[in-house]
Amino acid sequence: MSTLSVEHLLGIKHLTKEDIHLIFETADHFKQVINRPIKKVPSLRDITIANLFFENSTRTKLSFEIAQKRLSADVINFSAGQSSLKKGETLIDTVNNILSMKVDMVVMRHPKPGAAEFLMQHVDAKIINAGDGAHEHPTQALLDTYSIREKLGHVEGKKVVIVGDILHSRVALSNIFALQLLGAKVKVCGPKSLIPKYIHELGVEVETNLKKALQWCDVANMLRVQNERMEVSYFPSTREYTQQYGVTKALLDELDKSIIIMHPGPINRGVEITSDVADSNQAIILDQVENGVAIRMAVTYLLASKIKS
Amino acid sequence: MSQKVLLNEKEVNIILHRLACQLIEKHNDFSNTILIGLQPRGKHLADRLLQLLQSDYNIFDTQVGYLDITFYRDDFRRSNKVLEASETQMDFIVEGKNVVFIDDVLYTGRSIRAALTAIQSYGRPKSIELLILIDRRFSRHLPIQPDYRGRQVDAIDEEKVIVNWKETQGEDTVYLIKQ
Repeated sequence: MSTLSVEHLLGIKHLTKEDIHLIFETADHFKQVINRPIKKVPSLRDITIANLFFENSTRTKLSFEIAQKRLSADVINFSAGQSSLKKGETLIDTVNNILSMKVDMVVMRHPKPGAAEFLMQHVDAKIINAGDGAHEHPTQALLDTYSIREKLGHVEGKKVVIVGDILHSRVALSNIFALQLLGAKVKVCGPKSLIPKYIHELGVEVETNLKKALQWCDVANMLRVQNERMEVSYFPSTREYTQQYGVTKALLDELDKSIIIMHPGPINRGVEITSDVADSNQAIILDQVENGVAIRMAVTYLLASKIKS
Repeated sequence: MSQKVLLNEKEVNIILHRLACQLIEKHNDFSNTILIGLQPRGKHLADRLLQLLQSDYNIFDTQVGYLDITFYRDDFRRSNKVLEASETQMDFIVEGKNVVFIDDVLYTGRSIRAALTAIQSYGRPKSIELLILIDRRFSRHLPIQPDYRGRQVDAIDEEKVIVNWKETQGEDTVYLIKQ
């Protein structure tokens, strides 16, 4: 069997197609493990992992933590809100202090793009990027493509539209990389003000009409409107955004096929997606969450196997 | 590198029949027994024994599972070899059952130790026994011995025992390979 071509998981950009397939195959095994009566394996019992979250997170943080615990790793958690950062400590000092406690792996979310790469250059531990600003969120893209593979058999040749706030979204960027690597066709859909100028350079088409986009695709990945990252208004009102880019049951019923609805969470019910769509059979939002644990176990396991004992 | 045939097809066949008979002697109709092939190599032996029990001894109700022990091994990160998982197929709970682990070669005993941990995820068996085709004597790292043994061999650490099966390699033969 092969091993990952990378030493850290900083972004999908650094991965090969083979890496992603290896992660998927490993996740298949772990998905079986987490559906057993006893959901734990002892593989990582001598590994310590620090989860450093310099930005708020519920799902990703819990998902990483539960994945690590299912692998029997020791876990320490750190949230910026309760830390010495407010006392003026630098990122490297904070992390080196934590590493002095003999930590083997760091999972980090940070509001600045490139923070994970910066950390990798300065500290001696395996790094997993759990989201760096509007740059990358690799495990989310892996679990999204894994969920598509699970639902549709494979990702290659499938048509995926990413709807919403592409400009501020690390989920969108990582998803585009992962989907293209696996041979899917990708379009983005949203108000022009929320679509980055360089998007064409990634080989991604833009569709501003939501209905046309949905009619084209097999899978629609609905992104959240990230109000917290917007210093200025990108659209007139939430109500207007919803009218143009919110997915409703009525809209889905007008299509001549049944498409899959995904959402990375947290959902703004009634904004990008209505409640009846979020709770419908077409939505695989909760499958994504379950798969997230299996994917994070796989990534953690595969990187941990590269730690020298 | 040289290789020597430890068991030819005829010998393997005789041993499989003997092992099947020994299992019947102990487990009667297998109503409370589960055979578990340890992945990846024990699967073939488990399949073969099941086939024999059905075709030659009219025992049809035997439950068989395949257990992968990769994530329970104690050599994670300790060897350069990447550990590769295989599929676990256990569609039942082993609570209160008589379990028989089946593997092709018993060497250090560490795989069996891992299997003893792994099986706990599926309940508390009434008993666990071990059936082995080739028992490499004097090489154990742990106090583990088989209950059913095909053939005992003396092999030094530099030597390797390889079991080939018709289904995968086209022949039922056991080789001793000197590196």
